[in-house]
Amino acid sequence: MAMQEKMERNVWGLLIVLALALSVGGIVEIVPLFYLDSTMEHNKNPEIVWQRQAGQALADHQPGEGMRPYSALELAGRKVYIREGCYLCHSQMVRPFRDEKERYGHYSLASESMYDHPFQWGSKRTGPDVARLGGKYSDDWHRKHLRAPRSVVPESVMPNYPWLQHAVLDGATVQSHMRGMQRVGVPYTEADIEAAPDLLRDKNEEDAVVAFLQVLGTMVKLDESKVYRE
Amino acid sequence: MDAVAEQKYDLGVVRWFTVMAAVYLLVGALVGVYIASELAWPVLNFDLPYITFGRLRPLHTNAVIFAFGGCVLMATAFYSVQRTCGVRLWSNKLAWFTFIGWNLIIVSAVITLPLGITQGKEYAELEWPIDIAIAVVWLSYTFNFIMTIANRKSSHIYVSNWFFLGMMVMITYLHVVNSLAIPVGMFSSYSIFSGVQDAMIQWWWGHNAVGFYLTAGFLGIMYYFVPKQAGRPVYSYRLSVIHFWALMFGYVWLGAHHLQYTALPDWTGSLGAAISLAMIIPSWGGAVNGMMTLSGAWDKLRTDYVLRFLIMSLAFYAMSTFEGPVMSIKTVNALSHYTDWTVGHVHSGALGWVAMVGIGAIYHLMVNVFHVQMWSAKLINAHFWTATIGTVIYIVAMWVSGIMQGLMWRAYDEYGTLAYTFAESVEAMHPYYAMRAVGGMVFLAGAALMVFNIIMTVLQANAQGSVQQARSVTAAASA
Repeated sequence: MAMQEKMERNVWGLLIVLALALSVGGIVEIVPLFYLDSTMEHNKNPEIVWQRQAGQALADHQPGEGMRPYSALELAGRKVYIREGCYLCHSQMVRPFRDEKERYGHYSLASESMYDHPFQWGSKRTGPDVARLGGKYSDDWHRKHLRAPRSVVPESVMPNYPWLQHAVLDGATVQSHMRGMQRVGVPYTEADIEAAPDLLRDKNEEDAVVAFLQVLGTMVKLDESKVYRE
Repeated sequence: MDAVAEQKYDLGVVRWFTVMAAVYLLVGALVGVYIASELAWPVLNFDLPYITFGRLRPLHTNAVIFAFGGCVLMATAFYSVQRTCGVRLWSNKLAWFTFIGWNLIIVSAVITLPLGITQGKEYAELEWPIDIAIAVVWLSYTFNFIMTIANRKSSHIYVSNWFFLGMMVMITYLHVVNSLAIPVGMFSSYSIFSGVQDAMIQWWWGHNAVGFYLTAGFLGIMYYFVPKQAGRPVYSYRLSVIHFWALMFGYVWLGAHHLQYTALPDWTGSLGAAISLAMIIPSWGGAVNGMMTLSGAWDKLRTDYVLRFLIMSLAFYAMSTFEGPVMSIKTVNALSHYTDWTVGHVHSGALGWVAMVGIGAIYHLMVNVFHVQMWSAKLINAHFWTATIGTVIYIVAMWVSGIMQGLMWRAYDEYGTLAYTFAESVEAMHPYYAMRAVGGMVFLAGAALMVFNIIMTVLQANAQGSVQQARSVTAAASA
């Protein structure tokens, strides 16, 4: 209590002790995640990440070949996904339970969101998880569902997004976003960025969102017999 | 007494923060009721981008946390630090800078969030230019507070100020680290962290926004306003020391419990959960400390409506600080995570604890900074009951819907296949979403009563010239 007495008389002492006490928990829980190899599954299973050969474009990636950066169109779709606050009702994180496996698929790996700035795991499932949505429905279904969710799922409480199909994408803007991602460590090549405007020609926000939803969970081929996480 | 306070302290900025806090509670609750109604009746989205659930939900959380919560914290901290230190603010001008700056930030949130300008991290949606403004204004608040304490006339720093200080330091850490991003133009940016590290940092921020902003800060309010309103000293000094240090050291660890069973390594989630359980003890210590301050004066609850808010808030504080650790236990979390139970838990804390203690403090401040009685005591009582009943309806609806969702998702039929589609679980939620909207409306009605009562009180104070009187009486006495 002598220590307490001193701190109650000296605001600077109190501040220093507080600053120290408040930093311990965060340091212990956060810092190891950046250097412990066990955090990211691809350290033990390198096939989780796409080994891109020189000269290969993002479009050369086949589903299941491993994690790659989002294509220009998918990245534009992801930006719309964030803008509309989709993450507030849809998670992108399948947990290792039997019912989630049957409903959504293989549990999510940390490496599967390695290029997600920011992460979009979500915290609430007002609607279903979308981490493994890719390939489950047709592009057409997604378009109908985005424009009027209740036309395909009568019980849905999702808002209609009829304006996406009328919003044209701007190549230069998406390029600047790819550069931003590059700066935070996503391995886009100059060729990827240069190719973007051509790939986005005549595409609208709805095309972009559909492309994004269709790639979710399809980049990595997971082996059912393998234990990726202890 | 009023004259002494008016002359000795800087109360002008406190008056403004107090009134704005009440206004923002009304606005925040109104947006909340609207988005709750959108989930019950999706037609309310009206196919307008600006008012869809996904864009208004961040506006709701920002309005209640940063606009209402922030104004309450700034009003109460600037008021109580002067009273407990026996000096005026270190800088009245800087306090006005804080007031104007904070309100401009709120205005910018109201404009940018419906436009879909967001960083996409829960409770940290505001884009990078606003983030920088938040850091500057927050530090102006913190610095003024610290310097006022450094100038104090009292020998010891009072317990409420420890809690405010803890909040200020921690929120600075959290806001700066979680907002680190590379800008792309004025209205967009990319978090420098990705995936699992970003998730841990986000929930370190997310839980401590609750733990420090909405708990430590509001405990600072509790430790000043409960004893003041009850007219009795804090029950136990020793308990408050334990409550304080255990909370400061322990709360920081809890964020990981938001990521149980995710791709976050197991050790981190389990560590977060273990410390979450241990936090029941200091939290209940604090709740007991607040409630027992009334020991020997319980009869005051019969007549003092403001005290009712403060004591009810402690009951909700005790309940949610029990519920939280229970929800962090892995087996419970497996069921509760991703469901409405989480939403219910947040609101038993936000409506039951944060709003109630904040409302109690607002009524106490109104009387003490405008130097008049509240226009209507009956309306305060009506507000107390609407707030309590609205909160209870809300959290009961979310308990039922949350547990039901969790059970439906994992239910199997006799053939060993999933018993329900996801859509069936959505359909089953409808009555509870409607009930939640009703609970919110009842709470909102109470907030409207408060704002009306406050407007009438301010008008009455202006008509009587009570503030000018308090100033001139002192001038005459000192002349």
